[in-house]
Amino acid sequence: MTYKIVASQCTSCSACEAECPNVAISEKNGTFVINPKKCTECIGYFDVPQCVAVCPVDNTCVIDNSYPRYQAGA
Amino acid sequence: MDDSRSFETYEAEPAPAPLDDIMQKIAEHKGCGTSGGSGKASCGSGASENDMPAEIWEKVKNHPCYSEEAHHHYARMHVAVAPACNIQCNYCNRKYDCANESRPGVVSEKLSPEQAAKKVLAVASAIPQMTVLGIAGPGDPLANPGKTFKTFELIAEAAPDIKLCLSTNGLALPDHVETIKKFNVDHVTITINMTNPDIGAEIYPWVFWKHKRVTGKEAAKILTDRQLQGLEMLTANGILCKVNSVMIPGINDDHLVTVNREVKSRGAFLHNIMPLISSPEHGTVFGLNGQRGPSAQELKALQDSCEGEMNMMRHCRQCRADAVGLLGEDRSAEFTTEKIMEMEVDYDLSARQAYQEKVEEERQAKVAARNAELETLAGENVELKILVAVATKGSGRINEHFGHADEFQIYELSSGGAKFVGHRRVDLYCQGGYGEEDALETVIRAINDCTAVFVAKIGHCPKEDLLKAGIEPVDQYAYEFIEQSAIAYFKDYLAKIKSGEITHVTRGDATIRQGAFVSVDA
Ligand code: SF4
Ligand code: SF4
Ligand code: SF4
Repeated sequence: MTYKIVASQCTSCSACEAECPNVAISEKNGTFVINPKKCTECIGYFDVPQCVAVCPVDNTCVIDNSYPRYQAGA
Repeated sequence: MDDSRSFETYEAEPAPAPLDDIMQKIAEHKGCGTSGGSGKASCGSGASENDMPAEIWEKVKNHPCYSEEAHHHYARMHVAVAPACNIQCNYCNRKYDCANESRPGVVSEKLSPEQAAKKVLAVASAIPQMTVLGIAGPGDPLANPGKTFKTFELIAEAAPDIKLCLSTNGLALPDHVETIKKFNVDHVTITINMTNPDIGAEIYPWVFWKHKRVTGKEAAKILTDRQLQGLEMLTANGILCKVNSVMIPGINDDHLVTVNREVKSRGAFLHNIMPLISSPEHGTVFGLNGQRGPSAQELKALQDSCEGEMNMMRHCRQCRADAVGLLGEDRSAEFTTEKIMEMEVDYDLSARQAYQEKVEEERQAKVAARNAELETLAGENVELKILVAVATKGSGRINEHFGHADEFQIYELSSGGAKFVGHRRVDLYCQGGYGEEDALETVIRAINDCTAVFVAKIGHCPKEDLLKAGIEPVDQYAYEFIEQSAIAYFKDYLAKIKSGEITHVTRGDATIRQGAFVSVDA
């Protein structure tokens, strides 16, 4: 799986962008989005997903169930 | 500098004409018109030249936030280049700007460092008394170090005379003191609301620290340790440091006396205790749980009790992260990204200096006028103190109509003279559709602790209502210097009491306005 950002809740504060170890987050048309191809759920880097931990709005960076679970080393 | 001459000129002329002349010359020179702001300059009280070492006076004399006296003359601007934050405060809703500094409920226009630099040059050319550039948000500048320092770098290159300052929650501060020093940032503000983690846990739900979200007391402990460490490092490096504290009744109000002691002992230069601004529509934790802000009397009592060897700042307007202009005015609407990108900017250092020299002259004239008036008060030795409200556009003069005032400046009058003790915002527009009557009630509530209100002009109806509320409307000092007039008024007041013409009445408390400030005259 990967994380995704609920656009309607995102304040566009950019805090997550700088924390992502995989540079998976970028700004698109005023809100921030996660590139599912790059997100590793922070596995291999940190104990908790950085975007979730730093985001000021709860339940904005959430698991995207439409993708399979991320496999470390895959 | 010939004080007496310029003083006479000013006495005879309602508007400070020499400044207008220079503005005109700058405008002609640039071939562009200047809008609004006819000769904004003059002066106040607060700590002044003789109260501090010369090298510190040099740093603060034209900084509107660090010197109350300067805030009548000099303007500042904030650029909103720093959207991210690394902590969460209960008085802040991140849909809007950081409430540390900026008024909640307001969204600033976010800029890139390049846009910000262009904006600074445009403003500096149009407002020659703009001496300070601050980065205060909308998040935490040091949670956006790349954008913040890039902005400073660009501005230091293009406009080396502008002072740089930044405001931070302090969490990342110790990591950046070296860089702050390198960029010659000589003023830093840290928002410190507590030094006791038990109290901190009620203000900060979490901090983002070492790649984890830390909550509760542990979070507050990390924050206070980092803040105090940062403060010590700044002081050790000779960087002037102001501490802001948000007064939250029932949570940290008594504790702020301790905070005051702690920051004083670590070399903070100025302590600024500001009222919590909170209302449900801001969507903050405090707004939603009904946490109230302090009344005007509570705020003043706390500020008074902290005033000792350390300067207290009472003129903070809790400006938004993109504020432009004198404190208390907001000209940001004249400088939107769209407008500045079209402006042709020609940064003219010598024109700015010429203008600022004039400002200094008028400032000296005002001090002289105040001191002369003060001498006539010598010998009066009474316990009595009264507050008066003043409608001013910022020239240190009573030059605003009652009905046009967005805020009133409050002076405390005693046999010691006139002392600036605060300001009350009464900007009515954003409260939405208030009729004339309600507007007046709001004003009366905001200055209810005052004996008189000094105005340049006032209509018949509001005059009567003010009198009914026990506040004397005074227009006899229209366009004159505030402090000089206030002292003269106080002398009269005492004389009238002596002769039995009036009796002194103790005034009640006043309300601090809770809404967001929105500039409407765009
Ligand atoms: S979970 Fe980690 S890797 Fe994925 S977007 Fe968030 S910060 Fe980046
Ligand atoms: S941290 Fe949250 S609110 Fe800020 S940009 Fe990322 S998703 Fe949006
Ligand atoms: S917020 Fe306070 S410190 Fe900052 S510019 Fe405004 S008045 Fe000065």
